[in-house]
Amino acid sequence: MAATKKEPVEFTGAGPLNAPISGVLTWVDQRFPLMSLWRDHLSQYYAPKNFNFWYFFGSLAMLVLVIQIVTGIFLVMHYKPSAAEAFASVEYIMRDVPMGWFIRYMHSTGASAFFIVVYLHMFRGLLYGSYRQPRELIWIFGMLIYLCLMAEAFFGYLLPWGQMSFWGAQVIINLFDALPLIGPDLSTWIRGDFVISDATLNRFFAFHVIALPLALLGLVAAHIMALHEVGSNNPDGVEIKKHKDAQGRPLDGIPFHPYYTVKDIVGVVVFLFLFFLVVFFMPEMGGYFLEYNNFIPADSLKTPPHIAPVWYFTPYYSILRAITEDFMLVLAIGVAAYTALIWFTVRDRRIGMAAVAIGLVVIALMKGGIIEAKVWGVVMMGLATLIFFLLPWLDRSPVKSIRYKGPLFRTALTVFVITFIVLGYYGVQVVTPVGTLISQIGTLLYFAFFLLMPWYSVMDKTKPEPDRVTM
Amino acid sequence: MSEKDTDQGKRQFLVAASTVAGGVAAGAGAVPFVASMFPSERAKAAGAPVEVDLSTIAPGERKTIEWQGKPVWIVRRTKEMLETIRANDGNVADPESKKKMQPDYAANEMRAIKDEYLVVVGICTHLGCSPVEKFAKQAEAFDPNWQGGFYCPCHGSLFDLAGRVYKNKPAPDNLVVPPYKYLSDTRILVGDDSKGA
Repeated sequence: MAATKKEPVEFTGAGPLNAPISGVLTWVDQRFPLMSLWRDHLSQYYAPKNFNFWYFFGSLAMLVLVIQIVTGIFLVMHYKPSAAEAFASVEYIMRDVPMGWFIRYMHSTGASAFFIVVYLHMFRGLLYGSYRQPRELIWIFGMLIYLCLMAEAFFGYLLPWGQMSFWGAQVIINLFDALPLIGPDLSTWIRGDFVISDATLNRFFAFHVIALPLALLGLVAAHIMALHEVGSNNPDGVEIKKHKDAQGRPLDGIPFHPYYTVKDIVGVVVFLFLFFLVVFFMPEMGGYFLEYNNFIPADSLKTPPHIAPVWYFTPYYSILRAITEDFMLVLAIGVAAYTALIWFTVRDRRIGMAAVAIGLVVIALMKGGIIEAKVWGVVMMGLATLIFFLLPWLDRSPVKSIRYKGPLFRTALTVFVITFIVLGYYGVQVVTPVGTLISQIGTLLYFAFFLLMPWYSVMDKTKPEPDRVTM
Repeated sequence: MSEKDTDQGKRQFLVAASTVAGGVAAGAGAVPFVASMFPSERAKAAGAPVEVDLSTIAPGERKTIEWQGKPVWIVRRTKEMLETIRANDGNVADPESKKKMQPDYAANEMRAIKDEYLVVVGICTHLGCSPVEKFAKQAEAFDPNWQGGFYCPCHGSLFDLAGRVYKNKPAPDNLVVPPYKYLSDTRILVGDDSKGA
C-alpha cells in the first residue's frame, strides 16, 4: 500500500521559529487533520465582512459555556450532592473554601449571563432571518441547545437545596403530574421518590454535571459544523457565496481568523467587564440572579410565601399561569378563528380540511372537560418554547433581513419583544387579576407572532435586497 | 464478488433483520436504566404509616406531621368550624367530594371519619405547594368574605376547613385525604387503613 501523499503544509506565520514549528506541524498533519481543521474553521472560513454588534453573542455564548464548565468542575470538588449535606456544602464553598465564593458567584452569574447572551443571539436570528433556508438545521440545533440549557439551569437550581430550589422543582415536576394517564407515574419516575428527596437531588446532579453538558457540547459542535457548511448569514440577509473571486473565495467574505477572532476579543473584554461587575458587586442582582428565599434550607413541610422561577423562565411561567378556566373559552375562539383563517386563505383544500379537523378536535378537547385547565397551561407553556422550531417555515417573506422587510414584520417583531419582556415581568410578580389579564393578552400576542407569520410576512411591503452586502 | 452476483433480496432481508434485532436489543438495553430511576425499595419503605396522638391537639388547632415526606395536617375542628363548612357548599367546586380525592370512608360532608378531626395531605392539588393556614374568619386580601381555611401562596388557590377547593381557582381538586384509621379514640394511623389487626 502506498502512503498517502499529503500536500506540503502551508504555514503563514512569520518569525525565526517558523521552520521548526512547520516541521512539527507537518509531522502532526500527516497523522491528524490539524491544519485543514484550522483552515476550514478559522483561517479560510470566509465570513461576511459586514457583521455588526449582534454578531458578538455566538462567540460570547461559547465563552460562557467554558466559564460554566470550568467553574462547575471546581465547584464539584467541594459540593456534596446529598439532601443532608448539600445546603451546608454550598455555604462551606462560600465561607471556607479559598476563593470558593468567587468560583460560585461566577457560576451563578454565568447561568444568568448564558441566558442573556443566548436570548440576544436568538434575537439576532429573528432580526436578520438567520433561520431561513438553507440554515434551518443551524436554527434547529440552536433551539435544541436552548432547550438543553433550560433543562441544565433547572437541574442546577435544585443543587443548593434551598427553599426556592426545593419548591421550584416541586412546582415544575408537578407540571408533568398534570399530564393525562401517565402523569403521576412520570413525575414519580422523574423524582425517583414520591416526593422531592435525596434521590431527586442525586439524579439532578448527574444530569447537571454529566448528561446535559455532554449533550450541550455535542449540539454546539453540530451547530457550528452546520454553520460552517452553509456559511454565515449577515445583516443584509444575502448570500455572499453568490459572488466569488477566481480562487472561489466569496468577494464579500473575510477570513474568520484574524478578522473576527480579533473583533470577538473586543466583545469578550467588554462582556467580561460587565460580567465581573456583577460577580463582584451585585452577585444576587436584587434577588433576580440568586433568589433570597434560597438562602433558607429546603423545608418539605413549608412553602415560601412567594414562589417565582428565576428570571429567564418567567415569560413561560406567565403563560402557564395565564391559562385559567375562564381563559379557555378565549383560547377555543382563537383556535376556531385560526382554523377559519386557514380554510379561507389556503387554496389547497386538503390543508383546509386537515386544519378544520385538527381545530375541531382541539376545541372538543378544550371544552369537553376531559383535560382540565391546569394541563392546558402546561401544554401552552411547552408549545411556547417548541414553536420556535417552526420559524424557518413560518417566515415566507421574500427577503431575510429586517433591513428589507416591511412595516408589518417590523411591528410584529417589536410587539413580540415587548410581549416577551412584559410576560417575563409578570412571571415574577404575585398573581393579581390585572397581571393575569395582561399575561393572557401577552399569551395571545406571543402565539400570534408565530402563527400569523405565514400571512403577514407575505402581505408585507418589502424592499429589494441588494446584490452584495452593504456596510 | 461482482455487483451482479450480489443477492440483493437476501442483503435487504439481512439488513432489515439486523436492524430490527439491534433495535430490540437497544430497547431492552434501556430497560435497566429506565427502571433504575423508579423509587428504590428504600424509598418505598420510607412511606411507612405514621401514628399520631390526637389528644395533644387543642380544639381549633392544626398539627403537621410528615408522611411519605409530605406534610399531613390534622385539624381538630370546633363545632363552629363545622358549621362554617356546612354553610360553605356554595363557594366550593366539589362540595360533595364526588371526585376520588379521598378514600370512600371520607367521601362525606366533612371529608373525615370523625367530623372533629380533618386529616389531609397539605399539598395543593395545583402544582404542589403547601398552603398556609388562615383559620380566622375575617376579610382577607384574596377574599373579603373569608370563612377560614387554607390559602396557597403560590398561585392563590383557596380551600375551606374540609380541604375543599374554591371555585374558579387554579387548583382543580380538593386536598387529598390520605388513607388512615383510628387505632383508639385518641390515636390514628396515617398511611394504613387495612381492617383487622
